[in-house]
Amino acid sequence: MHKDLRGTHLSKKAFDNNEISTTLGDPHAYYEWDTGMGIGRFLQGLKEGRIWGTHCDTCKRTVTPPRVFCELCFSKNITWRELKTTGTVNTFSLCYVNWDATLIKEPHISAVIEVDGTSPRVGFLHLLNEVDPQKVCIGMKVEAVFKDEKERMGDITDIKYWRPL
Amino acid sequence: MSKVGIVSAGMTKFIRRAQETPKELAFEAAKAALDAAGMTLDDIDCVIHGTAPEAFDGIHMKGEYLSDASGGWNKPYIRCYVGGGTGVFAPIHGWLHIASGMFETALVVCEEKMSSCQPHPQGAFLTIFDNLIERPLKPNLLWIFAMEMNRYMNTYGISVRDIAHVSVKNKANALLHPAAQLGAEVTVDDVVNSPIMAWPVHRLMVSPPSDGACAVVLASEKKAKKITNKPVWIKGVGWNLDTSYWTNRDLAYPEYVEKAARMAYDMAGIREPRKEINIVEPYDPFAYKELHHLEGLLLADRGKAPELAIQGISARTGNMPVCPSGGLLGVGNPIAAAGLMKVCELFWQLREEAGARQVPGLPKTGLAQAWGDLMQVGTVIVVGRD
Amino acid sequence: MSKNVAIVGVGFTQPQLKTVQVSYKEMVYEAAVKAYDNAHLASHKDIDGFVGCAEDLIEGTSIFDEYTPDQLGAVQKPVHTISGDLLHGLLVATMKIKTGIMDIVVVEAHSKASNLKTYYHVTNYALDPTWNRPLNVNPYYLAGLEKNYFMHHTKTTLEQIAGVVVKNKKNALQNDLAVFPEQTTVEKVLQSKPNFTPQTEAETAKQADGAFVFVLANEETAKKLSKKPVWITGMGWASDSPTLETRNWDEALYAKTSAHMALKQAHIKNIKEIDFFEIDDRFAYKELQHLESIGLYGKGKAGQALQNGDLNKDGKTPTNVSGGMLGCGSLLEAAGAIRALEVVKQLRGEAGQRQLSKANTALALSWRGIPTTSGAVLTFSRSLS
Repeated sequence: MHKDLRGTHLSKKAFDNNEISTTLGDPHAYYEWDTGMGIGRFLQGLKEGRIWGTHCDTCKRTVTPPRVFCELCFSKNITWRELKTTGTVNTFSLCYVNWDATLIKEPHISAVIEVDGTSPRVGFLHLLNEVDPQKVCIGMKVEAVFKDEKERMGDITDIKYWRPL
Repeated sequence: MSKVGIVSAGMTKFIRRAQETPKELAFEAAKAALDAAGMTLDDIDCVIHGTAPEAFDGIHMKGEYLSDASGGWNKPYIRCYVGGGTGVFAPIHGWLHIASGMFETALVVCEEKMSSCQPHPQGAFLTIFDNLIERPLKPNLLWIFAMEMNRYMNTYGISVRDIAHVSVKNKANALLHPAAQLGAEVTVDDVVNSPIMAWPVHRLMVSPPSDGACAVVLASEKKAKKITNKPVWIKGVGWNLDTSYWTNRDLAYPEYVEKAARMAYDMAGIREPRKEINIVEPYDPFAYKELHHLEGLLLADRGKAPELAIQGISARTGNMPVCPSGGLLGVGNPIAAAGLMKVCELFWQLREEAGARQVPGLPKTGLAQAWGDLMQVGTVIVVGRD
Repeated sequence: MSKNVAIVGVGFTQPQLKTVQVSYKEMVYEAAVKAYDNAHLASHKDIDGFVGCAEDLIEGTSIFDEYTPDQLGAVQKPVHTISGDLLHGLLVATMKIKTGIMDIVVVEAHSKASNLKTYYHVTNYALDPTWNRPLNVNPYYLAGLEKNYFMHHTKTTLEQIAGVVVKNKKNALQNDLAVFPEQTTVEKVLQSKPNFTPQTEAETAKQADGAFVFVLANEETAKKLSKKPVWITGMGWASDSPTLETRNWDEALYAKTSAHMALKQAHIKNIKEIDFFEIDDRFAYKELQHLESIGLYGKGKAGQALQNGDLNKDGKTPTNVSGGMLGCGSLLEAAGAIRALEVVKQLRGEAGQRQLSKANTALALSWRGIPTTSGAVLTFSRSLS
């Protein structure tokens, strides 16, 4: 290798001096995704202040997000189960970077919440708040804080965040 | 199954923002690989392209757009993808084109131009999350990897400092790689004192967004021996995809990487990977991932991989060199091209053509691995000199 | 070990204009369960590998392969995705089996076209970003350009092209999977609203939703699983230049190269030996252009053949007996699934009222649509020669 490695680096100076030629584009891509039988009912539940899970009667496991078929035994042997609105922090991060890579001072605290009543203890991605970021730990007990009933839209953000119990 | 060899490799520099268009990058890599083999497109039976998301380059049907630049004109041409695992999957896809008996030669090209995505490629990563229940939370990529790293550290009692050794090693290795974007002499203190991006991930533990392309030429046994007297043979391939419900898995251990590795080891007839693999290029977009993957690849006990870097075993001159290229942390991370860069590195190392980076002791067998999607896919290739 | 590969199971959801009640995952699950049952698989765990066919921006999800394993029963299995039509998926699966590392491989493709609200904008995003895209015109104008060129150079008439619509929509009346069956006339087609002159609305396939799963197996396994395996005898695929300025506007080079490769592999010396053809017709002229490109008819002869009735169900070279995309709908990457499904049904003798009297061999051709120049050709047979 190593002979004539190609690739031309563009410097910041070249941008500052307006020497770079670009064209702009936006995909203008809009979607209306059908939420289906599983997630659709889960989101409806959030609107009512409930968290739904499903139990696979073959595999004997209760999971959330709920699903109308079990991906492991591949059956529709599913029973719906309402779960508690409390849980445990499975893992978390204190994130100082926005999705557009800008920096933020107060971190977003993302976490995987194991929702009480699932087996094995599993859950979904969400946010923590009303907590000192330095005090968050794996294993912390938390509860869901829902939006006011009239503000809920049947969306994952109907849960504003989770806070320590 | 017919034996398949790698007969040449080529790559562009990995850079933060390239003047070249995606097509021009793909072309440069493809041409470099063809030239290195003394071949032209007339000698190529089929072309395989690998890129990860379309969103980076900002082109729908990106594989189609890149087909001519990758040498695919009027030839059998397919773009394959498994997220970040694509770079090692693409040569596997090439392998199956030849091992099936349908073709004698294949050109495999991987390209990614992440700088097209503005204001930052992180924006494109938003769309890898679940459309119904994750994207409304406006997640970014650092979240999930930071959470996986946290789970890994917490499960085995590993510290940020332990993991920092990987950044030190890989960035130093990259100083000797002429295509590298981020080769640097840094200390463990530099790494743990670098800004926290998403705790526990520090800036010097993250690979950069990059522009770049890589290519390899594959050939059947008969052809390979005609093209070069030193083909590097593909001994085993494996790939595995775990459930999309990543929040339902234990993130401390990558079972899917183990399954991919076992598939490749079985094919290669490798029973004791720690003794039989001489050189490893595991996927290291984040420092902890090198360790996580070494465990999944059965090359370290669970929770014990940090020792390899700390004790120098994984250094270029150690007993099991890991990422002698400099990895994604040092060379750069144009997603699919980064994975194929690892296969290129093994090709050069096993042919003793890696120059200043050459691993001592005539390595015979190497392994490259890539990973991606929602912390979900493992792709593994085992290559050897005989 | 033999290197023969067969389709041993098919499963699908009923194609529809909209499928608001189910997610794409739930649709694919239904298709997968039916396919595994159709293939007499004892368990989904018997499957060795999986191939998905999808494009990110159509799904609205980057690296869409992330979301493919659960609904196929493919958790912790070798799974990957290609950006290709279902026919590309079938040939990739076939190669996997031919390597000898896998006995049973599943291929999946689906369309949730109803969920993508800005299809044409997204398609424009597939054009060269510095050169063509800034013109900011609905890229389906490319069909108008190509049709004009095709007519000029082959002397094919508007009436002949309209005849494709009449034939395919009529065939669709006998296919319960068809979303757009219709008894129409050449006059009606010609009078329909022009969209990209000389292209008209009636000559442009409309989109539909649907999910399709195919199970493939090697010879030994296929013979155990199925009484009527459908053998894949030849495969070809190719891409012409993606650049609008340098591609071949005259004939479909991808179709020509693909067909040549597939026929050679299948040891078919004369393409006319094949009993019937399922050919991409997302624009009516494409059916005729494709038939000429694969060598079934000489340049400018396909239109005449259509008028002679040769492409009809009871003609010499039945083409799109299924109803094609004009009759069944355009199902994005699953477009080829309608074709492969028709081939399976005909070769198994399960095509009901549209069953052809002679259906031992077939050829299917897919094109990936605007703005691509990529296609695939597969040949199939009821028996191994």
